[in-house]
Amino acid sequence: MIEFGFALKQTRSEDLDKTSLERFHRLLELTPSFKRCFQCGNCSATCTARQFTDFSIRRVHTSFRRGEYDGLAEELRKCMLCGKCTLVCPRGVNLRSLIINMREILDEPQKTGKR
Amino acid sequence: MKIHVYPYNDFVIPFLIGCVLLFTICIFKYIKWIRRFSDEQRDVIRHNWFSWKIIPAVWEMIREGLFHVRILKKNILLGIMHQAYALGWFLLIVVGAIESRDAFHSLQREQNIATVYELEKQNGWYVRTTGEEKNPEYLNQRRYKVETEGGIARIEYKRPFYVGIFYRYFVHKAPASFRQHKLYSNLMDALLLYVFLGLTMAIVKIFWSKILGMRRTTRHTLVDRFSKFSLWMIFPLRLLAESVTACLYGNGGFLTQAVGNMFDPMIVRGLETSLWMFYSLMLGVFFVTMPFTRYMHIFTELLLIYFRKIGVKEGMQRSGYTYFELNACSRCGVCISGCPMDRVLENHEIQSVYLIRSLRNQEHGSRIKLIADNCLMCDRCTVDCPVGIDLGSLRRMTRDKGELDTTGNYRYLDKKQIPFNAIGRVVYFGGCMSHLTPGITESMERIFNAAGQRFWYMDKQSTICCGRPLQQQGFLRQAAELRQKNTDMIVKSGATMLVTSCPICYQSFMKEYSLDIPVMHHTEYIDMLIKQGRIKVRHDDRRVSYHDPCELGRGCGIYEEPREVLNAVTNLQKTRFQREKSVCCGFNLGNTKLSIEEQTAIRNASLENLTSKPVDAIVTACPMCKKAFLHATNDYPVRDIAEVVAENLIN
Repeated sequence: MIEFGFALKQTRSEDLDKTSLERFHRLLELTPSFKRCFQCGNCSATCTARQFTDFSIRRVHTSFRRGEYDGLAEELRKCMLCGKCTLVCPRGVNLRSLIINMREILDEPQKTGKR
Repeated sequence: MKIHVYPYNDFVIPFLIGCVLLFTICIFKYIKWIRRFSDEQRDVIRHNWFSWKIIPAVWEMIREGLFHVRILKKNILLGIMHQAYALGWFLLIVVGAIESRDAFHSLQREQNIATVYELEKQNGWYVRTTGEEKNPEYLNQRRYKVETEGGIARIEYKRPFYVGIFYRYFVHKAPASFRQHKLYSNLMDALLLYVFLGLTMAIVKIFWSKILGMRRTTRHTLVDRFSKFSLWMIFPLRLLAESVTACLYGNGGFLTQAVGNMFDPMIVRGLETSLWMFYSLMLGVFFVTMPFTRYMHIFTELLLIYFRKIGVKEGMQRSGYTYFELNACSRCGVCISGCPMDRVLENHEIQSVYLIRSLRNQEHGSRIKLIADNCLMCDRCTVDCPVGIDLGSLRRMTRDKGELDTTGNYRYLDKKQIPFNAIGRVVYFGGCMSHLTPGITESMERIFNAAGQRFWYMDKQSTICCGRPLQQQGFLRQAAELRQKNTDMIVKSGATMLVTSCPICYQSFMKEYSLDIPVMHHTEYIDMLIKQGRIKVRHDDRRVSYHDPCELGRGCGIYEEPREVLNAVTNLQKTRFQREKSVCCGFNLGNTKLSIEEQTAIRNASLENLTSKPVDAIVTACPMCKKAFLHATNDYPVRDIAEVVAENLIN
């Protein structure tokens, strides 16, 4: 079943004791426009892949922001990089750059692991 | 019994060393690159290396290698500069060789018998004979190889290849029967003057490049500058050396004699050989540095033209041909002036000339990645390049993502079905972007219906991307997967023609797919419909300017069809930068590095060009460009060609 955003869920507040946000900060360096994102979800709404499957780019970059990397690399390989998300973004976030950089950062061997 | 007479002076040694090193290194490099040709390219070479195709190849070598016609068409002064260097120097060598050959024939005819009395030997050579030569002053310096110990012998004048380069020194006085010697010396002086014309323009270019049509010139490395300095010194030194010889012996032409007459023979006598030595030294230095600098293009460009003309093509991966392309770049900097990144954003780091230099110098890591990624891929430099290097492919190749380029996670695409039998119909592929500007696809549906053409709108509900966006970013395997999915669907549908509204998809279908059915962009298709009379359109009185999308114009060479369609329905105005020179809208999918502000700046520059004359609407043929212009201005409606035609349909 497709999960809508308002279902009752377990608390997922960021646990900074366990999570390192180092990769997220590196992503911000590589794609500074991501700082502007206010998570409206336009990117997911227009997504070409979304028309076939429940892939959501918004969910992916939100997870990345929170330091939850499990399965993201797999998920990102669903993206066709067509660029519609970049064009519709009301905040001018360069999503194609964001996607490529997320893939690159996730592909790097993890140096320190969880702190 | 023979005496072999060799013109020789020690100053030829630097020149000879330079020649030997130059040709050894070049041949070594060329063999290395040729061995790296891919199997496909080898097959082409094996089939065509000696076929009728070499006739156009040689023609282009002469036209571009010597006359530089492409640069001449771009800017006449810049063309003359390059032509003067190439053609001038080439003719100096050729005419010099012919001149020395004729002179030595006369020499041989005039005297072939000498009486040898005494020989003096040094280092295995006889350096002096006392004997009888009729005109010993003909040859200034010589060595002898003698097959006799004395008495009467036949003289044979030998002419090593360097004589043509140092002719005036070796032949102080022309033999009496060499009647054309005055003509030759004047001709040689005229050629030298021609080279000086190029040299003057090169100096003007440093200070005022705009009059040579270049907004900005290349920043060269130290090695390149050193090599350029040695090249620039060759010709003044040649003039000086020949003038001094002319001063002493009166064998100069109109230029060298005039300069020579200004000298005092008593003073310059001691300088003569030193000047010739400097001249030879500069030639040697230039030859040795040549394979390691931009001047490697001199020979490589000719080979590149040859390979290209016999049908060798750049592949997806780096191959032998790539090395020829990289080394054929002369770093002339013509690619810089047109680049919107340079003109609008003042980014002077990423132009193709610097990409090629970094690739040639085998730079690795972040710098080359930055250069390769930060480009709009608008192909403006590719059409500007006077050498015809496939700059877009080179950049795409450099973007290869390496290990990150894995297979995609595209099982979900298998859900897409062919909804009904499309046999015999036209497939319409709107493309991802057209879904953001649905005016285009709606207009196309109207046009199809008006023409009575049964069609299958392949991606009405959901699109499988054509793969080009991934391809442009170096995800080659993922792109190939998407191409496979689309190809399967199109082949299974049994359609007879593919029409697409997006130039990005169009270029992909044309160049990266191998479909058996004709592929058309909607501008071509509409043009065909109008010409066949299948749709009727009225002509309105709007004045419009047309923006050539990069991927459609420069990418696929579609310039005429959209113009003919627009002339049929509206009044098309010319703009300053159009066709090949069209300015990218800034939103090209090729770039992922530019911020929205930078893209907007480029778009504004493009818009300024489109609205420089009073127009009622801006028309383009790409959903991406349309989206870019759409919110930029309230003063002008932005339309796609399909929309303009659909508005003017007569039912």
